[in-house]
Amino acid sequence: MAQAPELKLVPTPGQTVGPFYGYALPFEKDNELVNQAHPNSVRLHGVVTDGKGEVIPDALLEIWQADENGKVVSRDGSLVRDGYTFTGWGRVAVDNVGHYTFTTVNPGPTEEGKAPFIMLTVFARGLLNRLFTRIYLPEDTAALAKDPLLASLPEDRRQSLIAAREEDGSLRFDIRLQGENETVFLSYPREN
Amino acid sequence: MSVETTQDESFKNAHVLDPAATAVSQEEISEEINDIHESYRQEVLAGKKPETQPRVDFAPYRSSLLRHPTKDLHHTDPETIELYSPAFGQRDVHALEADLTIQHNGEPIGERIVVAGRVLDGDGRPVANQLIEIWQANAAGRYVHKRDQHPAPIDPNFTGVGRAITGPNGEYSFTTIKPAPYPWKNHHNAWRPAHIHFSLFGTDFTQRMITQMYFPGDPLFALDPIYQSITDQDARDRLVATYDHSITSHEWATGYNWDIVLTGSNRTWMEDEEGDH
Repeated sequence: MAQAPELKLVPTPGQTVGPFYGYALPFEKDNELVNQAHPNSVRLHGVVTDGKGEVIPDALLEIWQADENGKVVSRDGSLVRDGYTFTGWGRVAVDNVGHYTFTTVNPGPTEEGKAPFIMLTVFARGLLNRLFTRIYLPEDTAALAKDPLLASLPEDRRQSLIAAREEDGSLRFDIRLQGENETVFLSYPREN
Repeated sequence: MSVETTQDESFKNAHVLDPAATAVSQEEISEEINDIHESYRQEVLAGKKPETQPRVDFAPYRSSLLRHPTKDLHHTDPETIELYSPAFGQRDVHALEADLTIQHNGEPIGERIVVAGRVLDGDGRPVANQLIEIWQANAAGRYVHKRDQHPAPIDPNFTGVGRAITGPNGEYSFTTIKPAPYPWKNHHNAWRPAHIHFSLFGTDFTQRMITQMYFPGDPLFALDPIYQSITDQDARDRLVATYDHSITSHEWATGYNWDIVLTGSNRTWMEDEEGDH
């Protein structure tokens, strides 16, 4: 991989989302990338916890993903959902016990043999800047074994990025901001 | 110091924070901030690259203690979905949502202002047709939120939420009311400088950011652990809008300019590189 080109401008700093986003950022059907009645709808859920293992009741999460065929879509309509258009993006404020749910579909591999994943962004009161991570689907173990990001992590940390498939088909993905089994959070080229 | 700040919080009991934490004085918090900033200055003098983002591990902001990762961010090259961003358009946001002063039957109380600027990426390219969301306290420093219970009036004519889609040159403009500072429970007699929360998207989802815009000359800057979590003065200055008389309009509203720079897009250079093979 070549060196990423230098930035011409210095990025503006982030700040915490704070405690009062609740009347501003959530919107109707924000966490429904597809309708629950969609034949392939999948529940993606989990809890967000802090360094003591306590649930965080004021976190906001966003996901961004390809569709079932691995196609990255570019369609408006995320904020005013018509129930038919898959836009690939969703947002959810966790509940009082730190739990979140998205209704979505399993993303397909974006290329043959690639491990499908969902991109996740975490915001919270007390978290001074957003965090990025990936939620990998657990099924394609061959693709997971070949994945460059997962391969670059020690075994005990890899698991924090792979969702569990529950009996009813739901995906379970817990987010641990700190401490034991801390989730792996990512940085990308060209951040500064 | 005890750090159990979240356990008893609920919507009904929003301000039950650790009593020990609220007994900490401003002087103690300011001293902690100064110590961190001083060691940062020494590091820069010794040749360290200036920091541009807040530290997530910043103890003077007590709520951050248990909510920051302790391991370094893992560097990765973005793939597919990470090189693109969700699309928003006129279907999502009505043009009138950028005016926070017309959402109710009457005029909100306070100083009417226009905040306008551009959203650019790290290469200086305008970020066009993207979503900006803002939210803020009213002219008394009160949020329309169940968790904000401090004794300042709610304004029935002001909600404090706005949205806009950037124009072809990345430009945006919000009409609103200047927010006031408000007290919070980080320590004893803690007050946040007046600010507007901004939520931004770029052309790649890796550019996603949420931040806060401040007003020039706020006397609370030096005291605020959230603002001061950015250790570098030049970086902190990037969050402060500029008074701009060309945005001010005759007998109507004063104007502020604030341009926002996102991180760099990775799509273009990575695609170019693929083409080289």
